[in-house]
Amino acid sequence: MIRTMQRSGAALLLSVVALLAAPAHADSGWGLLNMPVGVTELSKKIYGLHMMIFWWCVAIGVFVFGWMIWAIVAFRKSRGAVADTAMVHSTKAEIIWTLIPVAILVVMTVPAARVLIDIEDARNTELTVKVTGYQWKWQYEYLGTGVGYYSTLGRESNAARELQSGIDPRTVPNYLLDVDQPLVVPAGTKVRLLITAQDVIHAWWVPDFGMKKDAIPGYVNEMWIKVDTDKTGRYRGQCAELCGRDHGFMPIVVDVMSKPDFEDWLTARKAAVKQAAATTAATPSIS
Amino acid sequence: MATHAHAAAHDDHDHKPHGWRRWVFSTNHKDIGTMYLVFACTMFFVGGSMALVIRAELFQPGLQFVDPQFFNSMTAMHALVMIFGAIMPAWVGLANWLIPMQIGAPDMALPRLNNLSFWILPFAFVILLGTLFVPGGAPAGGWTMYPPLALQSGDSFPMMIFAVHLMGISSVLGAINVVVTVMNMRAPGMNLLKMPLFVWTWLITAYLLVAVMPVLAGAVTMLLTDHFFGTSFFAASGGGDPVMFQHIFWFFGHPEVYIMILPAFGVVSEIIPTFSRKPLFGYESMVYATAAIGFLSFIVWAHHMFTVGMPLAGQLFFMLATMLISVPTGVKVFNWCATMTKGSLSFEPPMLFALAFLFLFTIGGFSGLMLAIVPADFQYQDTYFVVAHFHYVLVPGSLFAIIGAVYYWLPKWVGRMYDQKLATWHFWLSAIFVNVLFFPQHFLGLAGMPRRIPDYATQFADWNMVSSIGAFGFGFSQLLLPYIILKCVRSGAKASDRVWDGAHGLEWELPSPAPFHSWETPPSAAVIARGAEH
Repeated sequence: MIRTMQRSGAALLLSVVALLAAPAHADSGWGLLNMPVGVTELSKKIYGLHMMIFWWCVAIGVFVFGWMIWAIVAFRKSRGAVADTAMVHSTKAEIIWTLIPVAILVVMTVPAARVLIDIEDARNTELTVKVTGYQWKWQYEYLGTGVGYYSTLGRESNAARELQSGIDPRTVPNYLLDVDQPLVVPAGTKVRLLITAQDVIHAWWVPDFGMKKDAIPGYVNEMWIKVDTDKTGRYRGQCAELCGRDHGFMPIVVDVMSKPDFEDWLTARKAAVKQAAATTAATPSIS
Repeated sequence: MATHAHAAAHDDHDHKPHGWRRWVFSTNHKDIGTMYLVFACTMFFVGGSMALVIRAELFQPGLQFVDPQFFNSMTAMHALVMIFGAIMPAWVGLANWLIPMQIGAPDMALPRLNNLSFWILPFAFVILLGTLFVPGGAPAGGWTMYPPLALQSGDSFPMMIFAVHLMGISSVLGAINVVVTVMNMRAPGMNLLKMPLFVWTWLITAYLLVAVMPVLAGAVTMLLTDHFFGTSFFAASGGGDPVMFQHIFWFFGHPEVYIMILPAFGVVSEIIPTFSRKPLFGYESMVYATAAIGFLSFIVWAHHMFTVGMPLAGQLFFMLATMLISVPTGVKVFNWCATMTKGSLSFEPPMLFALAFLFLFTIGGFSGLMLAIVPADFQYQDTYFVVAHFHYVLVPGSLFAIIGAVYYWLPKWVGRMYDQKLATWHFWLSAIFVNVLFFPQHFLGLAGMPRRIPDYATQFADWNMVSSIGAFGFGFSQLLLPYIILKCVRSGAKASDRVWDGAHGLEWELPSPAPFHSWETPPSAAVIARGAEH
């Protein structure tokens, strides 16, 4: 019994090692180990906080795990260690290891509170987009412009994600992270997102923008993004709050354009809306 | 378990009924404890199978095996079964077995209530697992049952709520029994600050249970009336508030987290001194730290929901309160390290599990500290980072402590020693695979993979594959546990009364196996003094 277990255990371990050592392919995720730094003012601060707390944990970990390992190695009965049964209490030590963690916590809290205050400061925004979550798509409305549309999972991903679809997801570009119509925002502009939902709770999240916010029916949540001027491009995220059967299939794609490009895009969109309205008005109504 | 089959023959003076009556009508703390533990073990494998369905589907990108709706049912049911069916009943089972023995009492204070609180559970779980077969499928809105999504369930909805009510009643009755037993049944001379830490942590856990299970009952009852009786507690369209449910739920949910981990602290505080052959360092500060954690657990609930949009002051308060919890928890970890320092350590299976607890629970504590930082939590929330965090505190945390406790006290319970070599194998397989399973989930979460999704973008494929391999390795390794226990019960070598040379406490003053009615006469002051060397 033990021998078979030893063998199968070793085989499993080897396969894990082999997997870890396997050469990375094009879309490999082996290197995806950490949070993205992101492209907005806030995302970089949040990343900075994340790394700060991470290194604190590493430092405390070196101390605590070092202590544990030292104790385990140095005080083994098999090496003749004799227990010091009188060592049962030390008020001094206990006060020290209560106060030092408190001090560390204070050091952690101050920068965290600062960033939080920045996050909550949604004044002086230049553009407002209302984001509404539905089962299972997003709606974007540029307030005051009449421009608005839905954004749903891209067609290729949608075909490949069916149960036993026979389509290899690796052949689909941006599998599950592609939409028909992305949200478009200008770079270098403080954009306010008003986030709500129509049916159940969703959450709007683009990791490169540093944060997520719940989309809750009956609530309008606020979040702002200001993408660096030189970081135009396409950013992807997903719904982050369980919202039913197709929760995994309502991605978010954001096109960040330069300001002039965005103005052009918005003007074209406005014109299209006007034209559509004119067509509707010209069509005789049945009722 | 047939633990008492051999003992029954010569224990006639115990007047215990035989056959099925012994179990169905049982008022004996040991028999009820055994039933709790067998039930928990069964549910552990049921919930584990559900986890393997999840990990099988996530082995590769694309949907290979299950429909997304069924996948969602698996995540919800896995959590409900593991929390309410495996971890909590296992702790109540251990409390039943150990508390009377450890405080010098013959049995629990309320034996009939004890019977009732156990026998509610099988019915609750027949109902809960029965939802898998009703139209609309099992609950698929997460174990957190957030409305409005939870209200979209089919026929499973009222069944789930009824099952949750039953589990809640069972837990509250069990908790009341623990409080009454500890407060009234201690042997003369066994004052509160002489109680073993397992009793202390359970006493505080019991107060948490009594305080929060009714809150959960209230929350799910409001869900029920929203669904069937036209109320709008949580429906925005009727003037209600879906976020209020989350506040109420987590007011229950966060103390619930400590309900699952505090007894683990107690167990580790018993095992580490035994195998360090040295009394627990800082006993009193351990007790106060436990009480502090119990208190703080009531004022941190909103850290589960930072992304719902709260006032700045609220976010700051919950961040600070949450971070404060790491102080008493740190005190505990330091005390355990200090207990080992200048000890004489040996590494029998219970100690191995306790040490793994110490290392891996600390990792879970670190990710918990990271999650407390609100701005960073805006990234971590609802990702695999959170999944990794709470599995680190629940699996190598609570579960390893439960397994360690079984390996620690099993010889006392059945009077026989188990196969320690095999148990050591069980340990190493568990400890390695649990990390293969959960450590990569930190990476996945940070890289942007949301939790509770049945399929994922291809860049997450590699670490998901590793995690799934770990899951199957871990799951199958656990089959060793019932095998080792059965082998021990059937053919283990006779165990001595003290079992472990460093063991202290009243339970080790009883013969092995412990008599049916633990302490029919209270232990003498001398015995208590010998046992109270913590």
